[in-house]
Amino acid sequence: MAKRIDVQDLDIFYGDFKAVEGVNLSVEPRSVTAFIGPSGCGKSTVLRTLNRMHEVIPGGRVQGKVLLDDEDLYAASMDPVVVRRTVGMVFQRPNPFPTMSIADNVAAGLRLNGVKDKKTLNEVVEKSLKGANLWNEVKDRLDKPGAGLSGGQQQRLCIARAIAVQPQVLLMDEPCSALDPISTLAIEDLIHELKDSFTVVIVTHNMQQAARVSDQTAFFNLKATGQPGHLIEIDDTKTIFNNPTEKATEDYISGRFG
Amino acid sequence: MSSITGVALPEETPSGGQPKPLDADRASTGRLGDRIFGGAALGSGLLIVVIVTLVAIFLLAQAVPALSKDHANFLTSTSWVTSQPMAFGIAQLLWTTVASSVVALLFAVPFAVAIALFLTQYAPAWLARPAAGLIDLLAAVPSIVFGLWGGFIVAPKWAPIQHFLSDTLGWIPLFKPTAGITGGNTIFFVGIILAIMILPIITALSREVFAQTPTTHKEGALALGATKWEMVRTAVLPFGRPGVISASMLGLGRALGETIAVMMIISGLPNGAKWTWSLFNGGATFASKIASDASEFSGGLSTGAYIAAGLVLFILTFVVNAIARIIIERRKDFSE
Amino acid sequence: MSSTTARPEVTFGSKSSGRAIRNTVATVLVWAAFLIALIPLGWIMWTVLTKGLHVLFTGTWWQKDQSGALPPGFDHNVRGARHALVGTLEMSVVTSVIAIPIAIMTAIYLVEYGRGKVARLVSFMVDILSGIPSIVAALFIYAIWVTTFGLKLIPVCASIALAMLMIPVVTRSTEEMLKLVPNELREASYALGVPKWKTITRVVLPTSLSGIVTGALLGFARVAGETAPLILLAAYTQYLNENIFSGNMAALPTMISTEFSNIGDAVSSERLWGAACTLILLVLVINLLGRLVGRLAKVKK
Repeated sequence: MAKRIDVQDLDIFYGDFKAVEGVNLSVEPRSVTAFIGPSGCGKSTVLRTLNRMHEVIPGGRVQGKVLLDDEDLYAASMDPVVVRRTVGMVFQRPNPFPTMSIADNVAAGLRLNGVKDKKTLNEVVEKSLKGANLWNEVKDRLDKPGAGLSGGQQQRLCIARAIAVQPQVLLMDEPCSALDPISTLAIEDLIHELKDSFTVVIVTHNMQQAARVSDQTAFFNLKATGQPGHLIEIDDTKTIFNNPTEKATEDYISGRFG
Repeated sequence: MSSITGVALPEETPSGGQPKPLDADRASTGRLGDRIFGGAALGSGLLIVVIVTLVAIFLLAQAVPALSKDHANFLTSTSWVTSQPMAFGIAQLLWTTVASSVVALLFAVPFAVAIALFLTQYAPAWLARPAAGLIDLLAAVPSIVFGLWGGFIVAPKWAPIQHFLSDTLGWIPLFKPTAGITGGNTIFFVGIILAIMILPIITALSREVFAQTPTTHKEGALALGATKWEMVRTAVLPFGRPGVISASMLGLGRALGETIAVMMIISGLPNGAKWTWSLFNGGATFASKIASDASEFSGGLSTGAYIAAGLVLFILTFVVNAIARIIIERRKDFSE
Repeated sequence: MSSTTARPEVTFGSKSSGRAIRNTVATVLVWAAFLIALIPLGWIMWTVLTKGLHVLFTGTWWQKDQSGALPPGFDHNVRGARHALVGTLEMSVVTSVIAIPIAIMTAIYLVEYGRGKVARLVSFMVDILSGIPSIVAALFIYAIWVTTFGLKLIPVCASIALAMLMIPVVTRSTEEMLKLVPNELREASYALGVPKWKTITRVVLPTSLSGIVTGALLGFARVAGETAPLILLAAYTQYLNENIFSGNMAALPTMISTEFSNIGDAVSSERLWGAACTLILLVLVINLLGRLVGRLAKVKK
């Protein structure tokens, strides 16, 4: 239940503006890859192309290929809705559906896609909440609104919601940036566990976090303001943090800019 | 308060507002549910375009035959004969309509602006919401109740004031006493009642733009040692001016088209009554004329005369509303 | 507010005392404007309630129509307004059934789909439609139904004309509510692989439901009180008619305008103010109900 990702010569546009240029990278199944880089370098944009969420923004389009186990996500015959069922996503700010209960939030992906069987849904809710390390905290109030949880719990609820549709890949866009340190730790522990079943790609501003959770790290940067973002280098996290090839990476990691 | 005005203002602040709603799956147009649903949404939007276009086409198509048989000058004649041979003109209707609406605007705008300032800048916090609710409630009163109240209760009380005005200001053509019209049921009085009716609309929109005045502008003025009134004059009013103007245009549009209240209040004039510029005269507006003669509609050409009058009213309100819209759009361009 | 603390040694423009006076005058004026504006509302409510409220407690008012009524001056029974109340409710409900789906779908188009020229055109036309006087809308329906197709007027014609007035009101309020739904919720739904139409119907609409209901109720209250289209399209009758597709149908506004022509007669006057009181209470109750729905939902958030 996890697939590999290959990105080939990817250019990303907002209307006529080229935001990111020439990205090539590979992500192994059941691994965690972190995207790091200064603000505006396009790391979140690249992440959003991995499940075609980029196109949701008016004017958003791409050139190049994104392969999921050799299947091109941008092939003409590919339905973006199906892509997103295969590649799940967790956002920067927790965004549970305010009109739904905790259980309904977790079941939303299945229910909105036509699964009606109560028993299946209940099983998935329990399994996903357990998978997101949230079950013990909410099992007695599954029918309460999801908005009543704390920020960290809400974010784990969103992770439960994302894994409930059993995706192959899980994308996380700065999932801890709106959370306190304790909640962040809980999410990071969870990412370690998720790695056993999913391919995880995480965007983070926090280099320590990248170092803690990821197997491989990709560093993105801008050549200059107004220029498209680039993938500077991608390598084992250890190598990136201890012995990067590029000077820019070293400068960024040692805190000389960004 | 678009639920009162039916008109949307641009987003609150230059860049602070919501980003554009999402496009989503232009790529997945193949999905049946999306095609049906998106098609229905587009269809509803286009239906509205079609309705408005049809209004113009139908009114025009049915006005033209009657106009071609009109033995009077349509624009300048004051007579209204719809039996054969037809001789009808809109001069009297146009004057009554425009005059009463302008009077309404002159009364309503200063009040509306003051009330909007009260609600957004002056009212204590606990009062602002209920106070705004009360003003909005005025918009909920059906126009027939305004007609009833205005024509039956207020008009007799207004008559002495009007006598006083025409006695003292009668040398001005607009306030000349008119023979035969003794009660309060005049153009001027209709204007006052219309002013009350459009007050909540203008207030609601003005209130919305005043509330959008950037805090930095207001604090800037106060930090310079301005009094509250000086702050309002230098920060709030200039910021809200385009909004107030377009709100006034929308109010004007409402006043031009008001039917039943005018019909119940205003004294009719005999056909061929002598022309006067006096506001202390009776008459009929486009809308009240059409409604009060509705029972005479016999189909065919005579109805065409009324449809022609309706067409002029449509064009009038169209132009007024379009101007309001353009002002709002221009403001949007400025603030973005 | 510390705004009135004038410091004499600093001179901005004119004398400080003059500025303070102007400030006070302005404050008094805006308060006065507000209080004066409450006079008509209070006066109207007072008039209608004192003249009409007791009629509502006449035993026959809610049960009977006006059948058997004799000409003015010869009739000594107020009888009832059931026919007019039923007519008003029925026509307004049918109006809502026509208008609300179109309005909501148009709002969805404008917020969720519309881009570029077509969306601007639709938005412009919604504004124009909201500015069309009710009598012109009625004239338009008359021009189609009677003059062009030569059909006999039936009560539903009035509902169609009223729908033209209701559509822009509900469209605008719905549009505003949809814009308030955070994009994050749409993204969350898309990211779960939910198609756009289901995202809108199952996530976006439920989130903004209370606001949409408020707008619809305010629109309903507005058309329930409209008179002009009824005068042209739905002739008054003193008998109860529940079939919107045939015959004449009474409504509270047309009952008022009919009795208004005999206002000198005591019994007609009772009916008139009774109907006015019924109408204004109906409209205000629906209006307040609508706002209550909006308020409650806001509190919940």
